[in-house]
Amino acid sequence: MRFGGRRILRDINLSICEREIVTIVGPNGSGKTTLLRVLIGAQTPTEGVVTRGTGVSIGYVPQRLAIDRSMPLTVSRWLHLAGAHQESDCQRMAERVDIVGLLGEQMTSLSGGEFQRALLAQALLIRPALLVLDEPTQGLDQPAVASFYRLIEAVRGEIGCAVLMVSHDLHVVMRSSDHVICLNGHVCCEGTPTVVSAAPEYQALFGFGAEGALALYRHEHDHRHDHADTIDTHAG
Amino acid sequence: MLDDFLIRAALAGIGLALAAGPLGCFVVWRRMAYFGDATAHAAILGVALSLAFSLSLFVGVLVAALAMSLGVLALAGRIYTMDTLLGVAAHGALAIGLVAVSFLPGVRVDLMAYLFGDILAVSQMDLAVIWIGAIVVLILLRLRWQALLLVTLNTDLAAARGYDARREQLILTLALAVLVAVAIKIVGALLITAMLIIPAAAARSMSRTPESMAVIAAIVGLCSIISGLSASFYWNTPTGPTMIVAAIVLFLLASLWSVVNRGR
Repeated sequence: MRFGGRRILRDINLSICEREIVTIVGPNGSGKTTLLRVLIGAQTPTEGVVTRGTGVSIGYVPQRLAIDRSMPLTVSRWLHLAGAHQESDCQRMAERVDIVGLLGEQMTSLSGGEFQRALLAQALLIRPALLVLDEPTQGLDQPAVASFYRLIEAVRGEIGCAVLMVSHDLHVVMRSSDHVICLNGHVCCEGTPTVVSAAPEYQALFGFGAEGALALYRHEHDHRHDHADTIDTHAG
Repeated sequence: MLDDFLIRAALAGIGLALAAGPLGCFVVWRRMAYFGDATAHAAILGVALSLAFSLSLFVGVLVAALAMSLGVLALAGRIYTMDTLLGVAAHGALAIGLVAVSFLPGVRVDLMAYLFGDILAVSQMDLAVIWIGAIVVLILLRLRWQALLLVTLNTDLAAARGYDARREQLILTLALAVLVAVAIKIVGALLITAMLIIPAAAARSMSRTPESMAVIAAIVGLCSIISGLSASFYWNTPTGPTMIVAAIVLFLLASLWSVVNRGR
């Protein structure tokens, strides 16, 4: 996929290979969401093109999805919105993302984490070649964030799709991505997580560099271990 | 059998209710109540058009309703918000329509019939137009149901799946204009939105999926039409408003039912 635009975004040239997890990081207003919207076809670039291989379907998990309370919508019906799918497919996917007990519930009654998993399940049900997620863990607490990213990594392997996501969870992202793009109106730097976190552009943008991000991660990891010792619920 | 004016009235009302139920759900979900109202008000301008150029009422109203809604859609968000533009267009169309009708030479128009409907005067020809219009609306909704739901939920999500939000909006606009054009004879310009919103709102508390809400809304509309028609016959009240009162009663009962259920 290729796109070269201007104004909010300029000189973007990005391609996503099969089965690759690509993460876009960048400060607020750096055009992350705009880039995603151009890629999924919700916005036409003022200049440049997006080429999508034939038959490449995109599963999209939006940043925010406000379901108007006037619309009744069960989790089951939401999953079926993926298209004409077998009941068993929906059932299996619900089991996979652990919302099977909620199929009869209204979407508006789900918790933040359940809601995000329901969004993910629908995106996966269309058997996407590319899964696009826009800050999928916004508003989730730390354990929920970690388990959400683990889930994404796991289903990537099962379904065999590439993943493109925007994220603010730097420490988690640095661990699970194959390719990181640091965006600030243009591509500041890109490459494997280690390359990007060592890049001076990245360190200038986020204040703390690779050490900071890793230290933050380590610190939290230690913190969780402390808790695990006392209440014996070691989450890993 | 169709000679009997009461039966024609009932059939006309049933046709309207069947289409207005599902379409009304989208009006409720997308918060288009005011948009629906404005489209309906434009119908009076359509009445003036059809009288001035001796067009059929259906064609005149359809043209006026479409022109108004497309105009508002095209201009919305530039300087004024949709809300303000609708306010200008709705009352503008209504007032200009009323003034224009008064200029027409040699025409004495029963405006009340256009504002509040005259279902008892529905002819066999009207009945055919109403049912064709209702079926067109239902087919449009059926064909685009999935796309319309996705666009209503989230336009980006719909775009990722290849659905164009603007195109789906146009389809809803078209369906709304057709519905207004067939409904003006039955409930009149001022009460069309009521037939869209009240049954859908009543159906909300009784449904768990969008589809069941659409079906229940159609049934609620149907009951309102039939009971309103009977009530107006026995108590000699104006038919259009009586049908809306019946719909309101059903809405209140449904709300009461949901409150009682929630209390359990």
